Amino acid sequence: MIRDHFRVMVVDLGQGRARVERVEGRDRYAGGSGLAALLFGLYGRADRPWDDPDQPFILAIGPLTGYFPLMSKTVAAFKSPYHDQYAESHAGGRSALAMRFADLDALVLVGRSDRPCCVSVGARHMEIMDAHFLWGKDVLVSGKYLRRMFPGSGNRSILRIGPAGERRSAMACVNVDTFRHFGRLGAGAVLGAKKVKAVAIGGDAAFDLPPGKEYAKLFKEIYTQLTNTHMMGKYHSLGTAGNMAALNTAKALPWRNLQQTSDPAIEGISGERFADQTLLRNAACAGCPVGCIHVGFVREKFMTDNQYLYRQVPYDYEPIFSTGSMLGVTNAFDVLKIMDSVERMGLDVMSAGVALAWAAEASEKGLIGPDQTGEALRFGDAEAFRRAVERLGRAENDFYARLAQGALVAAEEYGGRDFACVLGQEMAGYATGEVFFVAEALGFRHSHLDTSAYSFEQKHLDRDLERDVAFLVSNEPERVFLNCMVACLFSRGVYKDELLAEALRCVGYKGLAENMGRVAEDMRRLRWRTRLRTGYDPEEARIPKRFSEVVSAKGPVDAGYMERLRRAYAEAIRELGREEPEQ
Amino acid sequence: MKILTAPRMERCIGCHSCALACARLVHGLLSWNASGIRIRSSGGVTTGFEACHCLACDPPPCALACPTGSFSPRKGGGVKVKPELCIRCGECAGACPVDAIFLDETGRPFVCIHCGRCAGFCPHGCLELAEAPGNGPEEGES
Repeated sequence: MIRDHFRVMVVDLGQGRARVERVEGRDRYAGGSGLAALLFGLYGRADRPWDDPDQPFILAIGPLTGYFPLMSKTVAAFKSPYHDQYAESHAGGRSALAMRFADLDALVLVGRSDRPCCVSVGARHMEIMDAHFLWGKDVLVSGKYLRRMFPGSGNRSILRIGPAGERRSAMACVNVDTFRHFGRLGAGAVLGAKKVKAVAIGGDAAFDLPPGKEYAKLFKEIYTQLTNTHMMGKYHSLGTAGNMAALNTAKALPWRNLQQTSDPAIEGISGERFADQTLLRNAACAGCPVGCIHVGFVREKFMTDNQYLYRQVPYDYEPIFSTGSMLGVTNAFDVLKIMDSVERMGLDVMSAGVALAWAAEASEKGLIGPDQTGEALRFGDAEAFRRAVERLGRAENDFYARLAQGALVAAEEYGGRDFACVLGQEMAGYATGEVFFVAEALGFRHSHLDTSAYSFEQKHLDRDLERDVAFLVSNEPERVFLNCMVACLFSRGVYKDELLAEALRCVGYKGLAENMGRVAEDMRRLRWRTRLRTGYDPEEARIPKRFSEVVSAKGPVDAGYMERLRRAYAEAIRELGREEPEQ
Repeated sequence: MKILTAPRMERCIGCHSCALACARLVHGLLSWNASGIRIRSSGGVTTGFEACHCLACDPPPCALACPTGSFSPRKGGGVKVKPELCIRCGECAGACPVDAIFLDETGRPFVCIHCGRCAGFCPHGCLELAEAPGNGPEEGES
């Protein structure tokens, strides 16, 4: 529905009631990331802790969601249990189109249920249902019951948490439609604290399209570009898993808790190996013809006489790096088995894998032992890691409860801070050098997607402080605007400014189309202000020693340069987040 | 007369491009269910996807059930639709043995008219406009 304001449903879990609110500001905040920051300003409590019942859990889509291909993602915004500051996480699945067809620009959950519940919303319904019988069940088992509870296969999206979210792990994800996730910064714990096991979004509304042929013509042009280009072929074919071999060759793939950046054992866990031996099929987010989701399988013999069970496991570059090379596990099926456990626990795979890599090195160095970890953890021992994932998901003892709050939290107790691979959160899989390390350590989402630093760095092997800071600052707004549309960032090569403006104009958002540059910059600054208001201090962000020991394609990391870059980018962020007089 | 078939649904990735195309191009709507073809998973996305669309029954039970002549048999199977005759009684949807007719909240029926516009938007070639069985060239038509 094209409208000059936002239609927002606010569900009060404590009261068991919802209201639909009209929120002004379409031309200023656009939607998605900008809308989420606006809503956090309206409903969030910057000065209260993340699990205060009044804190909102926000889902927001963009003005073009559903109208054009790959406008297929949703922003989740919340105060994070990881750093107790404002955070965003993005996911696809069917969530975005379900929100569109539920006729909601945003859904905001406030309050706390007094018992485990499911929230079900749609264009013509809102219900909060008891779900105590699902509490404690893993993500896959919960999914089977939830699909029965919420009919509407194909036209609804089910968001759910696992044991990690229930236990308020700072690395708990929200699973979206089985194959996708609001992964990072603990969104699952926010739902867990609210006692929300699942959110079902039923999309059953239909909207009139703009009259004339222009819209259908533009849709076809964009669809053709997105399905014909070489760029999309990359995501469709090997998928992001193709990065494994590429980054290993570029000496940028973290191995064994970032003690190496390349290893001949890559062959066993390359994208090619996954595709040749484990790939069952591809799947897609609703509204995306690309189908980047690669689904592999694990098979387990559970009884003699050839009795097997199998499960399907989605894989991507980041999950393979974090549960494969980072843990020294070099067999594709073993990697999928660890991912499968991560999925069932409802953990963020990157955080869990990287945290366990720290635990393996801490074990190697004798800082911790089986008394803490339950059994010896050694790089390459996939079965032990698989069990460790379950212990981590269920926060089985003091050690795992600490580790579930992040490797640095565990290191406070047991030592080993220097080799915790944490850049604002457990690192993403790009050991390209100082620019990426600083970008992730200080970035808004502490995500490899905040900027294209890893790509930039592979093309600029020299060091130039002014150029590198300028890149980090200037690369952000374009991505912020795509996050306001909530486009899949895989489409960034197609959705350039001119095309975005045309798409916005075509469906009726003329004001936005004319002011994209200003909106991008304003929303970038609003996001930073929101983060800073909740306590972020970029000057305090530190980069553990391990990162200065890395040897990448640029050669050994220059610790002095990294520190200068860190300070300069922190200063830039402080400026970007400077409070401005209210307009 | 050709009919819409879905012979390669094992390839489906669940993108809903077909349903969105039908809603957009046939009905002028933004929707993933107010269309002549709808995609659903059979018991979760891990089990794959199925297309819910008219199988071109001949004679079509939906047309037989329609009390006003809004649905009438189409040559080659399926129905021709005259929306202006529809009284939104929903009898057509009830008569369809494979749940291929979607009723929106006002009771307006959406059914495949076998135009094939959806097939052009399927990235994996799951859909195909084909001669109806017993109606193809081998049966004497060209």
